Amino acid sequence: MVRRLRALGLTIPLLAFLFAAFIIPVLVFLWQGVHDDTYARYMSHSTPVLEAWDGVSEPTEAMYAALQKDLVQARKDKTVGKVATRVNRELPGGRSLFTSTARRAARLEAPYREAMIDLKPAWGRLETWQALRVAAARYTPTYLAASVDLKYSGDGSIRRQDEKRRIHLTLFWRTIEISALVTIFCLLLGYPVAYLLSNLPQRSTNLLLILVLLPFWTSILVRTTAWIAILQGNGVLNDLFVAFGVIGDDSRFSMVYNRTGTLVAMTHILLPFMILPLYAVMRTVPKAYVQAAHSLGANGWIAFWRIYLPQTLPGIGAGVVLVFILATGYYITPALVGGQDGQMISNLIDFHMRRSLNWPLAAAMGFVLLVLVMFLYWLYDRVSGIDRMRLG
Amino acid sequence: MKPFAFLYAAGLCFAATTASAGDLTIVSWGGAYTKSQTEAYFKPWMASTGYRILSEDYSGGLSEVKAQVEAGNVTWDIVDVEDAEAILGCDEGLFEEIDPAILPAAPDGTPAEEDFLEGTLGDCAIGTVVWSTAYAYNRERLLPPPSTIRDFFDLEKFPGRRGMRKTPRVNLEMALVADGVPADQVYEVMATPEGIDRAFAKLDSIKEHVLWWEVGAQPPQLLIDGEVVMSTAYNGRIFNAIAAEGQPLSMVWDAQVLAGDNWAIVKGAPNLELALDFLRFASMSENMAVQASWISYSPARRSASERVGSYHADPNLKMGPHLPTWPDNMKTAIRNDAEFWADHIDELNERFNAWLIK
Repeated sequence: MVRRLRALGLTIPLLAFLFAAFIIPVLVFLWQGVHDDTYARYMSHSTPVLEAWDGVSEPTEAMYAALQKDLVQARKDKTVGKVATRVNRELPGGRSLFTSTARRAARLEAPYREAMIDLKPAWGRLETWQALRVAAARYTPTYLAASVDLKYSGDGSIRRQDEKRRIHLTLFWRTIEISALVTIFCLLLGYPVAYLLSNLPQRSTNLLLILVLLPFWTSILVRTTAWIAILQGNGVLNDLFVAFGVIGDDSRFSMVYNRTGTLVAMTHILLPFMILPLYAVMRTVPKAYVQAAHSLGANGWIAFWRIYLPQTLPGIGAGVVLVFILATGYYITPALVGGQDGQMISNLIDFHMRRSLNWPLAAAMGFVLLVLVMFLYWLYDRVSGIDRMRLG
Repeated sequence: MKPFAFLYAAGLCFAATTASAGDLTIVSWGGAYTKSQTEAYFKPWMASTGYRILSEDYSGGLSEVKAQVEAGNVTWDIVDVEDAEAILGCDEGLFEEIDPAILPAAPDGTPAEEDFLEGTLGDCAIGTVVWSTAYAYNRERLLPPPSTIRDFFDLEKFPGRRGMRKTPRVNLEMALVADGVPADQVYEVMATPEGIDRAFAKLDSIKEHVLWWEVGAQPPQLLIDGEVVMSTAYNGRIFNAIAAEGQPLSMVWDAQVLAGDNWAIVKGAPNLELALDFLRFASMSENMAVQASWISYSPARRSASERVGSYHADPNLKMGPHLPTWPDNMKTAIRNDAEFWADHIDELNERFNAWLIK
């Protein structure tokens, strides 16, 4: 008992570290995807009025008056920009509508309804107010909905996003597709290598293992740019094809800046994650079983398929899960060699983190990706059983 | 007393590894651009004031600034930002507001506010250079030479792949001009849904032949490698490839889209007073003219443009004709409407990305 406690005590630093550096940040980030109080914090008069409004009836004079009061205050506090950015996400053009109205809000006189519509006709439209109602809610499904191409409107309804703006579902699907293809390629390429490694004498194994690990220790950026040099139109591979007369000089293959480039580079980068668990498991498979199968009359194929392969399944499982999950999160490689049809969802998350500063949407997409991966993991568990997976 | 002294010493050690008080941290884009700022502003300012400048590079965007401001741990003083980020950062409260009245007048006494080019002074941003996106081609690979934006969209006369930046900005404007919209009416057309449809339809006509680039260093390389026959590019990058590397590239200025880079002070910057002093120094016409001898970007104020001389490495190479604001280059120029883009960037980005993957 005491020993157990002591062992547990030794893991506490790690658990504390995981909790502080991983679990809490992830939770905080996910929280950002459903909670946004930018509007409510700075627009204290109009927020309760908007919340009380049903979202479909004609906006009342009281709503206009509350908004005018808030705009005057926000202009004075210089917070109108933050609110305007928030509103702009729900209503294209909402940013300038807010900033320009706020500039003149102090000079408006009652009745505010007429005054504001006079100033900007957009204030007379129902959609404007519905967008405000969405922005005013502290807890909002709008980002989660947007990350699966749905639009949450101020009248409480959820509809599909306008067709010209649908993008996320396609990208999620493509992410799964590319990850699955990369996993399959890694398995097909990695299995024979791992087999070779586990059946060679120790000395040659060590040498080969270093060859497997060497690219593993090289920076991803270097490996990706190396692939550009090899695959591009005037790159090494195409030059070779032309030199040997396989293709003409004017019909060079385009193998980079498209999906091919992403698949090749990602397969190369993730290959060690497949080979290592396979190798670890294959080393433990006794050779006697295959020999016994042969002596009982099985040919090479049957001995492999029915005797050897099933014994390596735990390694395959580990490699497949590892490669697939890592692949779903890749973004540097697709960004560099992906062109337009080799981009993945993580590239869009990166875009919203660094460029548009729409962190809530990035958080919501990250959440959907997490749920998706967990679902696939669960599916895998149901089909083949996690407890059968072994890393070595 | 002792524990405090210890903490204080520990704090000092930590501070010494980042920046000591009085060191101004200026963040810019690196490469030839930061080099031009170092020669024109950083070195002379350090020599005249005795303070140090820590020059850092970044790749644009506001995520670092936002993270610093929100965590209350600001280490950057000044950032060089594009127009769109200047507006967004100001709206989001990430930058200090700057009163343009503090800026030095032109040598002939014209106040700064009249001397700076239109649209280069924002609430939180002081314009420093005006650069442009135009298209370039490889003289040795493309004959006869193209001369207008229509040629860029003409697959029959000029077959082959084109490079374009992976963003709706600039591309929509160029597409509309190529489709017959006068340069000065581009944003009126873009404000209507039909105008946007029209721009995308024009882009559709060459979509299959476009290679999308994301980093400024890519277009010259793609042109030199022959991956594309023509490509939109930042004019400074193309000039650099021509003047410094002797590459056979040429610019087509038709329908160039002008945009600016600006100095902005991060909200809560540790050295606010020093930062303001640096901005005054970096806004003096004489110094701004020096920068244009290192890189082919126009100074953001008129009195500085008049003083621009020759390329620093070649006294025979006059910089004037290589600057975006040179009168001959300006005939069909489009001035990027940062306000329009601040309003519509979310919507158009989504549409552009959805269009790309279709």
